[in-house]
Amino acid sequence: MTAVIDKPAADFSGKPSRWAAPPRPAWEEEPSRAGLAGKGLALTLAALAILFPLWIVIVTSLQSRKTIDAAGGLVVIPRGITFVAYKELLTGGQVQRAPMVSLGVTLVGTLFSMAVSVLCAYGLSRIGSLGHRWLLMLLLATMFFGAGLIPTYLLVQALGLTDTYLALILPSAVSVFNILVLRSFFMGISPELIDSARIDGAGDWRILWTIVMPLSRAVLAVISLFYAVGYWSAWFNASIYLTDQDMMPLQNVMIQLVQKQERPVGLATQINTGQLSPLAIQMAVMVMALLPVAILSPFVQRHFKKGMLTGAVKG
Amino acid sequence: MSHSTVPRSRAEAKTTDQQTAPGPAKKRAASGRRTGKISFRLRFRRDRTLILMTLPAIALILVFTYIPVLGNVVAFQDYDPYLSDNGFVAMFESPWVGFENFQRIFEDSAFWHAVQNTFVLFFLQLVLYFPIPILLALLINSVVRPRVRAVAQAIMYLPHFFSWVLVVTVFQQIFGGAGIIAQTLRQHGHKGIDLMTDPGIFKFLVTAEGVWKDAGWGIIVFLAALSSVSNDLYEAAAMDGAGRWRRMWHVTLPALRPVIALLLVLRVGDALTVGFEQLLLQRDSVGPGASEVLDTYVWWNGIRNQDFGYAAAAGLIKGIVGLGLVLTANKVAHLMGEQGVYKK
Repeated sequence: MTAVIDKPAADFSGKPSRWAAPPRPAWEEEPSRAGLAGKGLALTLAALAILFPLWIVIVTSLQSRKTIDAAGGLVVIPRGITFVAYKELLTGGQVQRAPMVSLGVTLVGTLFSMAVSVLCAYGLSRIGSLGHRWLLMLLLATMFFGAGLIPTYLLVQALGLTDTYLALILPSAVSVFNILVLRSFFMGISPELIDSARIDGAGDWRILWTIVMPLSRAVLAVISLFYAVGYWSAWFNASIYLTDQDMMPLQNVMIQLVQKQERPVGLATQINTGQLSPLAIQMAVMVMALLPVAILSPFVQRHFKKGMLTGAVKG
Repeated sequence: MSHSTVPRSRAEAKTTDQQTAPGPAKKRAASGRRTGKISFRLRFRRDRTLILMTLPAIALILVFTYIPVLGNVVAFQDYDPYLSDNGFVAMFESPWVGFENFQRIFEDSAFWHAVQNTFVLFFLQLVLYFPIPILLALLINSVVRPRVRAVAQAIMYLPHFFSWVLVVTVFQQIFGGAGIIAQTLRQHGHKGIDLMTDPGIFKFLVTAEGVWKDAGWGIIVFLAALSSVSNDLYEAAAMDGAGRWRRMWHVTLPALRPVIALLLVLRVGDALTVGFEQLLLQRDSVGPGASEVLDTYVWWNGIRNQDFGYAAAAGLIKGIVGLGLVLTANKVAHLMGEQGVYKK
């Protein structure tokens, strides 16, 4: 990494590489060698602090029992690759169901949350529409108080949602913050465009679907990612609203298997006979939890700034 | 904000007029437009689709945020969910006890311990966590190569999207009793260490987990503020003979000042919330002595011990003090000329 940012490449022929530095303004002094080295070192350390733990987890999940035993536990330098831990996980019981449960809740929940939030944001995006101020107040007020854990818990119970997947979706389905971000993005779309569509006879549904949404792909991607990560990462609601162990999502299974070091149901024989390392199983569960997020978020990254800052705190 | 009785735009007012049924309504609208007023009925007809669109979200918020707020009445009850088949009906049948729950809370030393832990963690995070995103943003901002910058940002944002379960278990693999540090120590003939279950250093562990997860994400706001600084300012400063560091001190940092002030104020407003999920996950391994904060205290008494009235009262105390803090923090933000969560 230090090598990359060491010397500015004076490449003026053709298209400059995105790795190269753009030309420096005349008034700016050339960076000192020590300064560059320090910067490179700081960046490398920060990156290592984040990536090294993930490296250990991923590598260990791909090792055979023999390698793991030889290393005395976690493996830093891989010796060969085996997918035996994943294979066993995906053929056995509770741990096989958990990723599917998480995937299902995440997909259904994100679609539902997005539909509800986009509709609400569009409905509130026309300043001066009937009830606009009152409805907005109703949303904004919730940023100052939470409902409280106990009354929410009692409500979910009273509604009969316990032991259903609805309990994992409905109570956290709308985020007022996300609605406000969407709304301020929608409000930035040129009103002339919307007015001309209206004159051509388009109703609000049509305007939303054919004009507003295609113009808002960036913010829709960011907010979808926020919702999806929220559902994928959630474990607390499942821990208080679900009692059936077979219904538990991946995060809750991870608490049992990795944090509390319990043996996975259905894999006991393979572990006891020495075919499988319990550690590899644990690491494989962690990889399953981190992989979708790690793959998705860089794609949405270039939109973060827009999505985060488009008047996020505007009233 | 335009006044709410004015047509949303001229084009819209025109189409609305065309769509309106013939009769007095149209007349009123036509004359109303001239005086800047339209009848309620007409506005409803014009905006009913918009209102309809907000309804699903509004309904969810009413049911899952506003109704539970009313449910806080159980704080003044000796609430027993088993008085009826339905928890709501039980609320009407439970005996009222006035402020007895609150009295019990204030006499409970565990509560005051949770309050103390909450504030210790808040201050520790403020001092150790808060400056890190600023420093990282300055570092990233000084990298001029676009690709290096994008890769560095991608890596730093990543842990923000990890669940707390994943963050805690990742830390376990590094600092836990079977973690890589303990493993290496043992292989070299030392005694292994378990930094995950040591109550003495737990508060630093919690702060470190927070830094690992969210410090990278925190730089976004600062990067945006930095990118809005005009290059002319730097050039003018350089012309006046300011070197690299003096430019940072006199141009860059003043540009960040409003953002820093605002975030600081907002953080103080949120002081009582210090990582509920994160602490709850580690409550068993490190014990309530080190990890109990207000939120986990409510969880323990309510969900675990089923003492709903008592826990709701503790939650209500936290909610009211928290509301006071948010309002005060916003007031301070306004006094400093900043925009808080809401406008003046």
